[in-house]
Amino acid sequence: MHGITGFVVRRVLLGLVTLWVTSVVIFAATQALPGDAARSILGRSATPESLAELRRQLGLDKPILTQYWEWISGIFTGDLGTSLANSLPVTEIMGERLVYSFFLMLIAAIISVPLGIALGAISARRRDGAFDQTTSIATLGLAALPEFVVGITLAVIFSTTVFHVLPSVIVTEPGVGPWNYPKELVLPVVTLVIAVVPYTARIMRASTVEILESDFVEMARLKGLPERRVLWRHAVPNALAPTFQVTALNLAYLAGGIVVVEAVFNYPGIGLLLIDSVRARDMPTVQAIALLIAALYVVLNLLADLGTILVSPRLRTSLE
Amino acid sequence: MTDVALEAAALALEDTQRRPWRVLFAAAWSQHRTKIGLGITALLVGTAIVGQFVTPYPPDQGVANQLPFAPPSSDVWLGTDTLGRDVFSRFLAGGLSVLVLSGIATALGMVLGVAVGLVAAYSRGKLDDVLMRSMDVLLSLPQIVFALVLAATVGPELWLLVVAVGVTTMPRAARVTRGAAVEVVERDFVRAAEAIGLPRRRILFSEVLPNISSPLIVETTLRMSFNVAVVAGLSFLGFGLQPPAADWGLMINENKNGLTLQPWPVLLPVIAIALLTIGTSLIGDGLSRAAIGIERGRTSRG
Repeated sequence: MHGITGFVVRRVLLGLVTLWVTSVVIFAATQALPGDAARSILGRSATPESLAELRRQLGLDKPILTQYWEWISGIFTGDLGTSLANSLPVTEIMGERLVYSFFLMLIAAIISVPLGIALGAISARRRDGAFDQTTSIATLGLAALPEFVVGITLAVIFSTTVFHVLPSVIVTEPGVGPWNYPKELVLPVVTLVIAVVPYTARIMRASTVEILESDFVEMARLKGLPERRVLWRHAVPNALAPTFQVTALNLAYLAGGIVVVEAVFNYPGIGLLLIDSVRARDMPTVQAIALLIAALYVVLNLLADLGTILVSPRLRTSLE
Repeated sequence: MTDVALEAAALALEDTQRRPWRVLFAAAWSQHRTKIGLGITALLVGTAIVGQFVTPYPPDQGVANQLPFAPPSSDVWLGTDTLGRDVFSRFLAGGLSVLVLSGIATALGMVLGVAVGLVAAYSRGKLDDVLMRSMDVLLSLPQIVFALVLAATVGPELWLLVVAVGVTTMPRAARVTRGAAVEVVERDFVRAAEAIGLPRRRILFSEVLPNISSPLIVETTLRMSFNVAVVAGLSFLGFGLQPPAADWGLMINENKNGLTLQPWPVLLPVIAIALLTIGTSLIGDGLSRAAIGIERGRTSRG
């Protein structure tokens, strides 16, 4: 197959294969490792009878391939198994948590992507100037900091020791959406924004610098277009392609970041649920959340690749 | 940045063709950020190594006559923590674990990743595809999530933490290695080595590897910086060292709820981890700028 359709089909297939292999890895790590989930739940003093009973309940007595098949086919029918922690269906436990996490990530993405692009473009325009130097040092430093360090520092500054303006933990009621807690959302969102913006800004700067040196931008300048127009209308759209890739990777990275950020602010999303489930050895929930995060990564990468093709005329024509 | 110094270093390239890493270190050293980064890192590594021998109190026992979350005083300089233990002593003793764990994990990940990347770049074709696609699979889980999945099965074991962080470092190292090596394996001296019948392992490790040492040194430094963050994060979540051990990440976890009463047991390790990650990433950035500068110098002179 040739052309854009062929590329899209191949890329989607590759994504599906990656996701399938990832599901095997997650399953192998949680269910097929030599360690026995039943024993780790019940402890060393468990009687053989109770162990056998729990193994039967968990389906651990069946052949490993049957176990995998039951798990993976359940996912397609919307059945993620039953939580070992509270005997509720995993889908039910995850439902509201998912809304909380997605909302947090969405707000963080809406703020950080344009902010990163703008910072990068302006830095490139004022290359080696004061603004560029400051941004360069700030993004380098902030990119290095772990999220929990940023989160706790923000909590120290804005909610405990220095000022008392923002809450550092969120106490929610069931059935109330995250959008009802705007004040509580500020610190978690800012933490995630600080985690993502440096990467987007740095790659955007690098790619804009390159574009600003190219012939067609020189052409636009020679035509007498104002510099502002040259930057935003001519250079920036062409500099977006590499930024797409990095931004997608970073949004996927947000999925890892929320685990820590939710723990810092006690935010009731899937990240906090993952930590609680790991502590409780609640395998079905751990498996479901891990697979979900992997799926998010694969989908975002896929979108980034397709987006890159769409915004780069050169790549588009080379496929045709 | 000092482009002149980079130029000079690039010019020195001809003489030191056999030791590209020497040129790299020289060019990196000529930048302020590398020196600042090395200074910060040396200070913290020094504290972490020497600290445990000079603690004023035993780090894992409460101080007599001190209440939990006691404020700083002449007896306990930075106050006490949630169990009435001396904060300063725990800080001094708590850095080594983060450094050792992330160091071993980074070494493990780099060795595995470099091996995979070299084989992929040299073999090309099917094996290359299979190897790099399996690296992609590992990339689809964030490092922390992968470590948590393993911890759910086995429990919070330190060897597991090292393996988890190492295995997730591997695909990133493999990508960089393959990217750099793909072009080197095409060069004449590799063809020559093949022609005289050198075994494949010799070609990869004594011909190709020395020629990609610069990008690998840069990558190792950056990975170390990331892994310090991941290891400290896992310890903060309670999946690293277990109480009553003294560990920076664990200190933050244990004393988070007393932040308003006594900020020091949280602030001190937070500042230390922040400085350590910033210091190592400054070194990484200095090295990476140096590597780019040398590469430019080489190509512009044909």
